[in-house]
Amino acid sequence: MVYQPDGLDAVQRRAAATIPRIARIRRRRREGPQTWTLELETEDGELPQFAAGQFNMLTAFGIGEAAISVSGDPGSKGPLVHTVRAVGPVSTALATLQPGDSVGLRGPFGAGWPMKEAEQRDVVIVAGGLGLAPLRPAIYHLLANRRTYGKVVILCGSRSPGDILFRRELERWGRHIEIELEVTVDHAADDWRGHVGVVTTFIPRTDFDPANSIALVCGPELMMTFAVSALQDAGVSDEAIYISMERNMKCAVGLCGHCQFGTALLCRDGPVMAFNRVRHMLAIREI
Amino acid sequence: METRGLAQIVMEHPFFVGLEEDFCDLVSGCARNVRFEDGAYLFRKGEPANEFFLVREGRVELQIAAPGVKPITFLTIGDNEVVGLSWLIPPYRWSIDAKAIGRVRAIGIDARCLRGKCEADHHLGYELMKRFMSVLIERLNAARLQALDVYGVPA
Ligand SMILES: Cc1cc2nc3c(=O)[nH]c(=O)nc-3n(C[C@H](O)[C@H](O)[C@H](O)COP(=O)(O)OP(=O)(O)OC[C@H]3O[C@@H](n4cnc5c(N)ncnc54)[C@H](O)[C@@H]3O)c2cc1C
Ligand code: FES
Repeated sequence: MVYQPDGLDAVQRRAAATIPRIARIRRRRREGPQTWTLELETEDGELPQFAAGQFNMLTAFGIGEAAISVSGDPGSKGPLVHTVRAVGPVSTALATLQPGDSVGLRGPFGAGWPMKEAEQRDVVIVAGGLGLAPLRPAIYHLLANRRTYGKVVILCGSRSPGDILFRRELERWGRHIEIELEVTVDHAADDWRGHVGVVTTFIPRTDFDPANSIALVCGPELMMTFAVSALQDAGVSDEAIYISMERNMKCAVGLCGHCQFGTALLCRDGPVMAFNRVRHMLAIREI
Repeated sequence: METRGLAQIVMEHPFFVGLEEDFCDLVSGCARNVRFEDGAYLFRKGEPANEFFLVREGRVELQIAAPGVKPITFLTIGDNEVVGLSWLIPPYRWSIDAKAIGRVRAIGIDARCLRGKCEADHHLGYELMKRFMSVLIERLNAARLQALDVYGVPA
């Protein structure tokens, strides 16, 4: 392969994309323990278009910046929606922002879910924990274009009933006659009447055509590896299994190398990647 | 007539798919139809493991309970799955509770009867053991993932 340096324009464009715009919090909603959904708007009302699965870099001023997936509807002209779980300094600062507070915004970045490739095929969505946030835009897209896709199966796992994200929406999707939805938790008290068990064990029990389907998987990496194995066992090819590799990002525009994963830069080539492109790297323990 | 009906149900139950017809007859000779109403226990921790169940319809929750602590459900079992593994290995005693969520229809299989048939015919025993081992391994892998608490918030 011949090394072809990017033209100056492209480099300048990418450098410009490292400067955040100012956005404001319009609303915040508690989703579960330490998890909040934020609605963002800009002064001029202009919001970037995004594709399902893409992420933005959000800055909590004076603290730092973090990659956060867009969790809203790609078809909506409304505010930009993100769901943040407070795990460290930046995400905690973001999750505690109040309406009217400002936040740095740049993006959207990265490759999203393969909604075009999935057309006319069955779509199996496997979400674990916060992994449902980057998958929600894909679900909105599938619902808005229901006739374009085959069966739609959503398998959604959480730690406990209190940790289930987007509960009201899940209830609505569960009533949708053209969607098969299973929600499960890892453990529950006696008053929970839903499923208990690991989300990946639902894959062999689900009815879809493995030869003509696409699987979209997002969650903790360990959960994704179990999901991939179950999908492979069900007969889905590695090319048709997409996972979101959410390793930490810095520049998000392919300049700094912080997100390098083997030969890929996850901010540019990912975060969503077909499993056949990452399987050899996931097998290397050191990365 | 009842036994023939049961033999058919046993043979068609996904857990026994591929089991030779003669073996299905042996299994169904130990089987009965059972029904549990919402909240009824299929078995409780500490009781002798004398009967296991093939769920036909409904959902069963497996729970661990301790004195003074609310029971924790760690697995629910649904249509076409099997409830009860401890009947296979001494001391043949349940280590968990199994409770019906809503109405459950199942085939109950007399464990002592089936253990006797497996002792008498090791080929049958091996066929059953293979089936139970795959359930056991799937549940062990799932339990590992649950124990790792992958969705947990880091300390
Ligand atoms: C493409 C992409 C999309 C992302 N989308 C979202 C999103 O929609 N919502 C969101 O809340 N986060 C998302 N993240 C994760 C977020 O960017 C990181 O959690 C980030 O490190 C938070 O910074 P921090 O300073 O709060 O925590 P850090 O100081 O970086 O981390 C604190 C501790 O939390 C651990 N940790 C970091 N991230 C996670 C996590 N996701 N789950 C469990 N433990 C974690 C770290 O290992 C460390 O031990 C995404 C990351 C990427 C790369
Ligand atoms: S985050 Fe800088 S290259 Fe990807």
